[in-house]
Amino acid sequence: MEEFQLMKGNEAVAEAAIRAGTDGYFGYPITPQSEVMEYLMTVKPYERTGMVVLQAESEVAAINMLYGGAACGKKVMTTSSSPGISLMQEGISYIAGSELPCLVVNVVRGGPGLGTIQPSQSDYFQATKGGGHGDYRLITLAPSSVQEMADFVTIAFDLAFKYRNPVMILSDGAIGQMMEKVKFKEQKPRATEFPEWATTGKTPDRERNIITSLDLDPARHERHNIKLQAKYKEVEKNEVLFEKISCEDAEYLFVAYGTSSRICQKSIQLAREEGIKVGLFRPITLWPYPKKELGAMSDQIKGILAVEMSGGQMVEDVLLSVDQKVKVDHYGRMGGIIPTPEEIVEALKNKIIGE
Amino acid sequence: MPETIENKKIIAQENLVYERTSVLTENVMHYCPGCGHGTTHRILAEVIEELGIQSETIGIAPVGCSVLMYNYMDIDMQEAAHGRAPALATAVKRLRPDKYVFTYQGDGDLAAIGTAETIHACNRGENFAIIFINNGIYGMTGGQMAPTTIPNMKSSTSPYGRDVKTMGNPLRMTEIVATLPGTYYVTRQSVHSPANVRKTKKAIRKAFEYQKLDKGVCFIEVVSSCPSGWKMTPVQANEWMVENMFPFYPLGDLKVPEE
Repeated sequence: MEEFQLMKGNEAVAEAAIRAGTDGYFGYPITPQSEVMEYLMTVKPYERTGMVVLQAESEVAAINMLYGGAACGKKVMTTSSSPGISLMQEGISYIAGSELPCLVVNVVRGGPGLGTIQPSQSDYFQATKGGGHGDYRLITLAPSSVQEMADFVTIAFDLAFKYRNPVMILSDGAIGQMMEKVKFKEQKPRATEFPEWATTGKTPDRERNIITSLDLDPARHERHNIKLQAKYKEVEKNEVLFEKISCEDAEYLFVAYGTSSRICQKSIQLAREEGIKVGLFRPITLWPYPKKELGAMSDQIKGILAVEMSGGQMVEDVLLSVDQKVKVDHYGRMGGIIPTPEEIVEALKNKIIGE
Repeated sequence: MPETIENKKIIAQENLVYERTSVLTENVMHYCPGCGHGTTHRILAEVIEELGIQSETIGIAPVGCSVLMYNYMDIDMQEAAHGRAPALATAVKRLRPDKYVFTYQGDGDLAAIGTAETIHACNRGENFAIIFINNGIYGMTGGQMAPTTIPNMKSSTSPYGRDVKTMGNPLRMTEIVATLPGTYYVTRQSVHSPANVRKTKKAIRKAFEYQKLDKGVCFIEVVSSCPSGWKMTPVQANEWMVENMFPFYPLGDLKVPEE
């Protein structure tokens, strides 16, 4: 059996990627996630599994390397942080439009612009509401521990290939940088057979394979879009993940993901010591958002505080989920500040419970 | 009708001297009369057929007039975002080193928006071929000034001619990449005469053959005319190209492998 290891979240993603049988990693250094490529270059996965690791000239090049590799049916991934992910949006749109699988990890830092290198959750809109141009969706997973940074790599690739769609792991600088114990899955072999749609060289027994997001015929292109929307509906139906903590008797609810959800667990403890019955609803898939599951709790609770390290982004999905049946407010810190458990309890009292 | 009989006779198998290569599809090309893309597609397809590598070839199409290239080539192809073909090709070749990989890019794609991807793929010594069609203009969007538009040349965004003082200088990408250690074979050709078509075909053939050696990028510029964008007849455009483009973009090899 594998032993636990003590590792940074960024290193855990890298090791998990090798073990998931990833064929290619393409990236560009940016804080706070540079450990991913540093780890890969150090442990030489090209000797372990034959995995390609390449430092690209930019995030723009890196995401387009993913496009080319994914079009060959290969398991490809990149990691970056907010400003770099912004540069990748064009490529992600092309990958979604061409229906290709890939994994993009965003270890979020504070924005806008160059912002800060400290953790933030201010890329929620970008990840879950589009990011690039056109009608597309990015399956988005939000880990809250180093263990989940590792585990979600496999889940992400499975979803990416199941739906031929890019998947994002939306982490943040805190989870990327902090060290925790982590246990890895056993090494999976790299694939030797490729999907029938992949560009592997046209053989006489089949038509040529074309990977493109272009169609100049509007009727055909609308059909393509309708097909994409149907696929997204399937994802919404089948792939929602969430977690409920201390919700059985809860009168109030924190809704939080990633690092914020970890802090909220401490806030629950503090609040309950004061007799406030509060629980945590933690979306694990940010898209598809667990709307129905959160909405179903509307009858049970008196108020919801959405806690995010942002100016208020996920709170919009909370509002949509509960459809005005419950009081909802938002508490957030920005610019790389991580809220304390105490100030979250204070916010719950002031914004939701009231006097 | 006598004409039909005549045609039948002409296309009779025993009288055939030239036919469509099997690596081109039967789709009718959308290119304008006189454009170099059709000829270049054809000789590229012929090379792939003659080398017998149709099942081993993966091509990357650009954004530009040849954006629909995959409609004409009967091979597996990927359609890149504008300028990014060398990034795609890098991953394709690294992940499938057993395949023949090429990008096909125009001058706006390769020398403006995709300059970084071009330079870095060439400098890393990626083992694929780049076919670079340079007609000095953005053809698809209606004849705007390109990074390769020569001084004083008119375009829809330099209607009084390219003033290098305000609009900057044209870029000779082929000369630039020839200086990089990662390129193996760099040449500039054209397809405006049968002799030049044969030379270009030979260059493309070498660019594919050299991929077996794993020595770096093979870079082939094809100086081409754009009669529609240049607002000339095909014959005028060819003459104008010879008189004006070739002095600025001289034909010939810039870097040849040492035998």
